[in-house]
Amino acid sequence: MPPQTAVPPQNSTTHAELSTDELQRYSRHLTLPDVGREGQETLKASSVLIVGAGGLGSPLATYLAAAGVGRLGLVDFDRVEESNLQRQVLFGQGDVGRPKLEAAEERLREINPHVEIERYETRLTSDNALDVIGDSYDLVADGTDNFPTRYLVNDACVMAGVPNVYGSIFRFEGQVSVFATENGPCYRCAYEEPPPPGLVPSCAEGGVLGVLPGLVGSMQATEAIKVLLGIGEPLVGRLLLMDALGADFRTLTLNKNPDCPVCSDGPEQTELIDYEAFCGLPSSDSPNGQAVSNASDDVPEISAGDYAARRDDEDGPFLLDVREPHEYEITNLGGALIPLGELEERLGELDAHKGEEIVVHCRTGGRSAEATKLLREKGFDAKNLAGGVHAWSDEVDPNVPKY
Amino acid sequence: MPVTVRIPTPLRSYTDGQSTAEAEGDTVGTALDDLAEQYPDLREQLYGEDDQLRSFVNVYVGDEDIRHTGGADTPLDGDEEVSIVPAVAGGTWVRESGGRKRPCLVAAPAP
Repeated sequence: MPPQTAVPPQNSTTHAELSTDELQRYSRHLTLPDVGREGQETLKASSVLIVGAGGLGSPLATYLAAAGVGRLGLVDFDRVEESNLQRQVLFGQGDVGRPKLEAAEERLREINPHVEIERYETRLTSDNALDVIGDSYDLVADGTDNFPTRYLVNDACVMAGVPNVYGSIFRFEGQVSVFATENGPCYRCAYEEPPPPGLVPSCAEGGVLGVLPGLVGSMQATEAIKVLLGIGEPLVGRLLLMDALGADFRTLTLNKNPDCPVCSDGPEQTELIDYEAFCGLPSSDSPNGQAVSNASDDVPEISAGDYAARRDDEDGPFLLDVREPHEYEITNLGGALIPLGELEERLGELDAHKGEEIVVHCRTGGRSAEATKLLREKGFDAKNLAGGVHAWSDEVDPNVPKY
Repeated sequence: MPVTVRIPTPLRSYTDGQSTAEAEGDTVGTALDDLAEQYPDLREQLYGEDDQLRSFVNVYVGDEDIRHTGGADTPLDGDEEVSIVPAVAGGTWVRESGGRKRPCLVAAPAP
């Protein structure tokens, strides 16, 4: 299959004037054939949205800022944790505990004050993705770490007509491609459906060589610049596999699927969907944070304030958290963690609490309503903590982050 | 005729840690069947209950996706390299198996 030529994004036809300072700063680009002054001005007039300021987002943001991409958007809602520093080179020891985007903006401004930084301190959802990407970005770089967001980013890029530079890592292996260009395939052409959820989705369990996101993210930054400038042969219709242990790099062909549900001529899906449900995860927390399930209508509830008043009592209720482990890491109320998807098969772990009052919570109360319903059917005295972690943050402890 | 099958990292715990394996077969389907016989735990990672390759597992012969070359009937003459390339999100799915956690593409069915 012949390599597909890059199509420069429609938004970057304008060029931005370079100042004397910038001409000095970018001299190694200005003297580089294929970039030159015109290319550098194109980069300055370009904008890239980086989804995820983590292992992949660190090299992406660092190199794109240093290279002089005029406007960088960053989407992330996490804080810097000690365990991030092994690979997330945007951050240093002093940043631990800070919101990632605050630390990232400071660092990127230090690297290149000529770059405009936009912060989106939010979870990318079906409700906001098209608005964020539609904030006149020429390109999206996907540095996320979970299937629901990957499919969301892909579908939103196809619908918005914005190319998606994709990168993914696992242990010592990485994948890079460019999806959602005008004539190229999208992620759904390669993988129409995600794997069903296993027992525990966890980056911590999987582990990753700290350098690997550096390799993959730098490759993504390279592809982003090629696409923005319309030079070279971007990884459109090709999947780059990088095996760091074997020092083996190769590309496989990715064909556009003429029946792709989102990027074909007559796509069956023309709007963003509930990607957690699509990926088989509990989906009762709808993108706008409201419980979709009607289960909450049917089960007894306890308010955050009422539970707070009783939690330290000698006969206080047992607290069960039915969120996912990664959410527990973001914040927790000290409850026992059994994700909703595992609850039925792990009911035995709760046998000791039969007869006791059990308060069940999740992020906003939807999943915990389903869990409460299930527990009551099995004979437990369960109540749903209305509004979940969010209500706890509002009513009891504002230090608990509403993620 | 033996062909070399490249095993992706998430599935290496099902192939004794091997990154490549030899399999006998004159089509992709028969070669993968032979592989699954050598490593029985691998079968449910690759095949669904309908005995079809799972949609999130792509198989390549050389650099071509077998979905475009005849699927499981894609012929092999022994010179090619077969690659299993699963969807990878960044983290991975892990399951308890024999008292240890190991990466997987699909969880064990509920007991």
